[in-house]
Amino acid sequence: MSRDLDDLYQSVILDHNKTPRNFRELPPPASHADGHNPLCGDRLTVWVDVDGDTVKDVTFLGNGCAISKASASMMTAAVKGKSRADAMALADEFQKLVTGKLDGAAERKALGKLQALAGVSDYPVRVKCASLAWHTLKAALAGAAEPMSTE
Amino acid sequence: MAVDSGEAGTRASAEGSELTVPATSASPLARVPAQALDVAAIRRDFPILSRQVNGKPLVYLDNAATGQRPLAVIEAVRRSMAEENANIHRGVHYLSEVATLEYDAVREDAREFLNAPASHEVIFVRGTTEGINLVAQSYGRSTLRPGDEILLTTMEHHSNIVPWQIVAGQTGAVVRAIPITDAGEVDLDAYRKLLSPRTRIVGVVHISNALGTINPVAEMTRLAHEVGAVVVVDGAQAAPHMAVDVQALGCDFYACSSHKMFGPTGVGMLWGRSTLLESMPPWQGGGDMIHTVSFSGTTFAPLPAKFEAGTPAIAEVIGLGAAIRYLRGVGFDAIGAWEHELLVRATEAVREVPGIRLVGTAREKAGVLAFTLAGVHPHDLGTILDADGVAIRAGHHCAQPVMERFGVHATARASFAFYNTLEEIDVLVRGLHRAREVFA
Repeated sequence: MSRDLDDLYQSVILDHNKTPRNFRELPPPASHADGHNPLCGDRLTVWVDVDGDTVKDVTFLGNGCAISKASASMMTAAVKGKSRADAMALADEFQKLVTGKLDGAAERKALGKLQALAGVSDYPVRVKCASLAWHTLKAALAGAAEPMSTE
Repeated sequence: MAVDSGEAGTRASAEGSELTVPATSASPLARVPAQALDVAAIRRDFPILSRQVNGKPLVYLDNAATGQRPLAVIEAVRRSMAEENANIHRGVHYLSEVATLEYDAVREDAREFLNAPASHEVIFVRGTTEGINLVAQSYGRSTLRPGDEILLTTMEHHSNIVPWQIVAGQTGAVVRAIPITDAGEVDLDAYRKLLSPRTRIVGVVHISNALGTINPVAEMTRLAHEVGAVVVVDGAQAAPHMAVDVQALGCDFYACSSHKMFGPTGVGMLWGRSTLLESMPPWQGGGDMIHTVSFSGTTFAPLPAKFEAGTPAIAEVIGLGAAIRYLRGVGFDAIGAWEHELLVRATEAVREVPGIRLVGTAREKAGVLAFTLAGVHPHDLGTILDADGVAIRAGHHCAQPVMERFGVHATARASFAFYNTLEEIDVLVRGLHRAREVFA
């Protein structure tokens, strides 16, 4: 198996890791959910401020590897302003991207900047790092009270 | 089918192809000084060490997670499965007799390995985890009363914490943590203060998997015995790296795992003082652990069968025997000296890398080097090193209280075995520099 580290650690990912966007808490009435990856101990919290059907703001705080931090940061940028349904759909598409299950170039292109995380699909043990934030987003949108876990 | 390919394979088959109890006399190799340890020859005994990972020679520095298997072990398991497979302790036919003899002979190897007084005190279990659970559920559950205390060091692996929390919940006993210092050593003054007549059980890890600390088990045992507590030792990390002598330690129970000591997975040893084991109720019921069974009542078999219900991991136990004899052949004097050299050299080299913080700097340390690298999460470091074929562990190492104590979420951990080389340390250090560049 030949994998190129540069495909995984693209500059956009390193940038989001170093200076994560929307890295802050949202005051109530924004709802939030906690995500936890028990295998590696990564934890993060995602806040969503939903106005009607629109995701007005998304933020996160947490500790984790570059992949999980960059994924969370890029997620907040990608989801802000979308409808609740579109955000949920994007989460599903993202999961396909990082597990290498996207059908074609068109599908991939629809993910925009998030495509930078496609390299994760070559690293099966790192997929959970990338998807933790998105699982947690879905939980926050659903207003779930239970912590979201990758296990 | 030809099995004796290569000299190590020949050695393996020469050790156990006959239906006899293997010789137990120490190999003359054991007295060879460390500098004479022929690492290149030893590496040839481990087929996996010559493979490549991601196009690079494998640099295996995850020995605290599991050791690699020498040909002697691989061949012993193969032979058991291919030529001698039968159930044990119940057949009158030839194969059952062979399998029974081979299996039972390992108990004497295990006794000698641990310097236990008697082989019937050695119980074959699934591993260290099951050994500790056995003690907790049999000894602990039958003796603990509300308010009794179980003392555990803060550096215990989850497998020497959770079984005690479970039995504490069942009995009303209380689990208390013995503090550790900034260097990662047991705070013996605090330990002395925690000990009281309420202390019934002290659990201590012989060598910490997360810090590398070698604990003063003999001294801790002496203090525990003064208040009448029994001492349970998690020997998972010690068994592959140092000569274990349960009589010199003075402890009451000692558990270790085959796979960490270069044997197969799925099997381990629990040694217990026979007076304790005799008094303990069986833990699991089933075949092989009974004397007679009737619906009006059942009587149990004597040790060790009382604690070995059901068909055991026969081939794996036989493989464990081969691992013990292999380790005896290399010798712990040589192993200990070489691993210490590796630890000293790796510590010096890794410390030079800017941004490194070592986690675990005890005076008495085994070949475990845990650290963090500023700006690089341990998981990313693990992935970057893996690209160079370097296998390390990243995470909390099933020792979350240790992470909490040192204020980190995770560490990277390189852990050594006697087959590692100084060149491999160079590859590790180059990888650390590369990770710094990637995340600069």
